[in-house]
Amino acid sequence: MSTLHTVNKSPYERGSLDSCLAHALPGDAVLLIEDAVVGARAGSTRVAEALKAAMPGCTIHVLGPDLAARGIPADAVVEGVSVVDYGGFVDLAATHDKSQAWL
Amino acid sequence: MSYHFNGADIASDEEGYLTDLSLWNPELALLIAKDEKIEMSDEHWEVVNFLREYYDEYQIAPAIRVLTKALKKKLGEEKSSNKYLYELFPYGPAKQACKIAGLPKPTGCV
Amino acid sequence: MSDTKRFLYVNRKAPHGTVYALESLEVVLIGAAFEQDVSLAFLDDGVFQLVKKQVTTGIGVKNFAPTYRALGDYDVKKLYVERESLAERGLTEDDLMEVTHENDDEEDVSSIEIVDRARMAQIMAAQDVVLSF
Repeated sequence: MSTLHTVNKSPYERGSLDSCLAHALPGDAVLLIEDAVVGARAGSTRVAEALKAAMPGCTIHVLGPDLAARGIPADAVVEGVSVVDYGGFVDLAATHDKSQAWL
Repeated sequence: MSYHFNGADIASDEEGYLTDLSLWNPELALLIAKDEKIEMSDEHWEVVNFLREYYDEYQIAPAIRVLTKALKKKLGEEKSSNKYLYELFPYGPAKQACKIAGLPKPTGCV
Repeated sequence: MSDTKRFLYVNRKAPHGTVYALESLEVVLIGAAFEQDVSLAFLDDGVFQLVKKQVTTGIGVKNFAPTYRALGDYDVKKLYVERESLAERGLTEDDLMEVTHENDDEEDVSSIEIVDRARMAQIMAAQDVVLSF
């Protein structure tokens, strides 16, 4: 039973991403959307470290159109995080047994 | 509300501002101007085109005092006075000219 | 003018995901008509509002980022951005758009000032009215 976790709140403002990463299991996918995409920007930030630490077990994805809206280039995201479009979002939803939103 | 133009209905809000500014074109501007009882001269177009350029750059229809200040910089004192602009657009330069330019109502009008 | 008050608009949210950033900008533009002493503070996720090259076509919302550059025309000339908030998010001053206004000598000068957290606290403390978004 794999799960797609979606997070839509900024990890700098709320604990949604931390809580999500603490509960996601190996084989799960985490997708950052809306304001959560600000956490995907590479750099020596607390959030970038948390994403890297989670990645051996989970795959981490970020929604491209939301990145672009916030002025973050696709090549400026944390290494290992994949940028997906809306079609990729659908694929992630389809390839996991269920999805769970962290609001 | 809407404007009947080239056999189509172009939607506007209740005050006559276009709801989709991408549908604007110079011929439609003439029709909106006619509704406002304005006959478009080169001087009218100068202001309307300026507003469109301003919107294109800043995504905002400027308030009247911002418009006069910016026009002064571009066209000089004579063509930016309140008197000059009100002669061109008697019911309010920012409001009427924005409507003809296909822009939303100016931000910062109180 | 003796009844001029110091107004500070505090922006703490990332743009586009919620309506706070746009609401703040609209209130600033409308409020500018009252000729008060206006400053804007950008801290926490609010610093993302000023990041350059925001492209919103993919999410189907109007991009209001270019409107920050019109603030100078509205005589809003002081935009304080918190240094620690930028650094904590992997951002630097170079990631921010240019916002300018005309000084008394008719030269375009930057409206953005990067300040540290302690100075931001002082700026907040010095206001008559603080509006939070």
